[in-house]
Amino acid sequence: MIHKYFMNGLFIVLDVNSGGVHLVDELTYRLLDEVAPPFEENCPEKAVNALQGEFSAEEIADCYAELKELYAQKILFAEDEYEKYAKFAEPAPIKAMCLHISHDCNMRCQYCFASTGDFGTGRKLMPVETGKKAIDFLIERSKDRKFLELDFFGGEPLMNFDAVKEIVFYAREREKECNKKFRFTITTNGILLNDEIINFINQEMSNVVLSIDGRKEVNDRMRPVVNQKGSYEIILPKFKKLVAQRDKDRDYYVRGTFTKYNLDFSEDVFSLYEAGFDQISVEPVVCESKYPYALTEEDIPAVSAEYERLANRILENDRAGKHFNFFHFMIDLNAGPCAIKRLKGCGCGNEYVAITPDGDIYPCHQFVGIEKFKMGNLEEGTFNEALKQEFSQSHIYNKPECKTCWAKFYCSGGCNANNYQYEGNILQSHKLSCELEKKRLECAIMIQAVRKLEHLSEEEIPASFRKC
Amino acid sequence: MKHIMTINQANLVQSAKKGGCGNCQASCQSACKTSCTVANQKCEKENQ
Repeated sequence: MIHKYFMNGLFIVLDVNSGGVHLVDELTYRLLDEVAPPFEENCPEKAVNALQGEFSAEEIADCYAELKELYAQKILFAEDEYEKYAKFAEPAPIKAMCLHISHDCNMRCQYCFASTGDFGTGRKLMPVETGKKAIDFLIERSKDRKFLELDFFGGEPLMNFDAVKEIVFYAREREKECNKKFRFTITTNGILLNDEIINFINQEMSNVVLSIDGRKEVNDRMRPVVNQKGSYEIILPKFKKLVAQRDKDRDYYVRGTFTKYNLDFSEDVFSLYEAGFDQISVEPVVCESKYPYALTEEDIPAVSAEYERLANRILENDRAGKHFNFFHFMIDLNAGPCAIKRLKGCGCGNEYVAITPDGDIYPCHQFVGIEKFKMGNLEEGTFNEALKQEFSQSHIYNKPECKTCWAKFYCSGGCNANNYQYEGNILQSHKLSCELEKKRLECAIMIQAVRKLEHLSEEEIPASFRKC
Repeated sequence: MKHIMTINQANLVQSAKKGGCGNCQASCQSACKTSCTVANQKCEKENQ
């Protein structure tokens, strides 16, 4: 399977099953509409006839020979050899946890998927003892996995900061006994950040996600505090301070959400960059289509165009010697995760679970509060192995839309929670999410291609490319 | 080649042969929490 597209003056061909990315000239791009394996010795007459008005017979023959060579090298029209690995997912240990340390929040974000913090289950904070039981559960269930991930999530986790500290200290003791390594992350709205908390986060958290939407007016429209005033002026100086004091080799993200209200969201990305941040994620809102700010399928063209605009602005920024990282355009075309990882995405319900303040276990934070997906409870010592088994089967070969999709080894089947919430089945792909993901991937690959080309001398670039 | 320039190592097949250790990050734990991208994760095999 191949996927080809034209963007920013480049003809790009992705060989889906090998991961090969090829830049081609216009002749090759069009010849790929005419030919496919099995390749004959010479270019089929039908293909020659289709193109020979614009290209010479010799050029067409040359081009066909190059396609055959790539096919022989198994980097064009390569076979899908990975389905046999999907069984690796079945017995997976649990290695990651979203700990809902607080089902309460000091903000009232309009688009909150957690019903302004409590996930529809009542405002409450997680007791320290429940958090410690979650640590024990994760260690026990992780079997031979060394790296364990735990994200302090909410609601707003800093509303229960003392518990965060105690749970981190407890985990640090236990990781030594058990030869594990905890990687903590925290996702915060920033309202309660102070010097003590900033120091603690910068010392203990391998990643911190700082929620802010971009431009002041955009942020304040959707992210008011409880008294309905905007949050931007409160949080921006605190986020700047946290980032300024953080070791440069430790991860952080400022993370925003865009909605139908700001389809020009590249302005928000650059607003965050100009405010001094260089690790930026701005992502599409996830909500039911009934809300006025919801993104719907009719917004796909506008959002796609804006992603392309953002990609070009990032390249222009590069050329000016200025750099920042946009999370959704991060892609490593040479390494990145192995093909086996790429079959099953986040691993929710199988390798990854969420724990509520009451100790209830769910497949991930987005399933919290949906009773049929409650997997068990830490206090009761229950865990639904059958449901874990069901989630372990949520890989791309069991998702009908994914099987034939060119993006399957990049998004890895998408978000199971989105699939359930909007399509009614964790295996049924959510079209809007898919279309936006595909556009992001096209942009991400294009950016890598341009960066590669811009590092080559003119002699290293085939002559037939230069006219593009 | 005159018409095609391959810009990466196209090594998905090789990655499967020596992959599957499972020590890489759960993709939803990085920054997203609402939208999945796996291809931006790092391989952790060498860090085991």
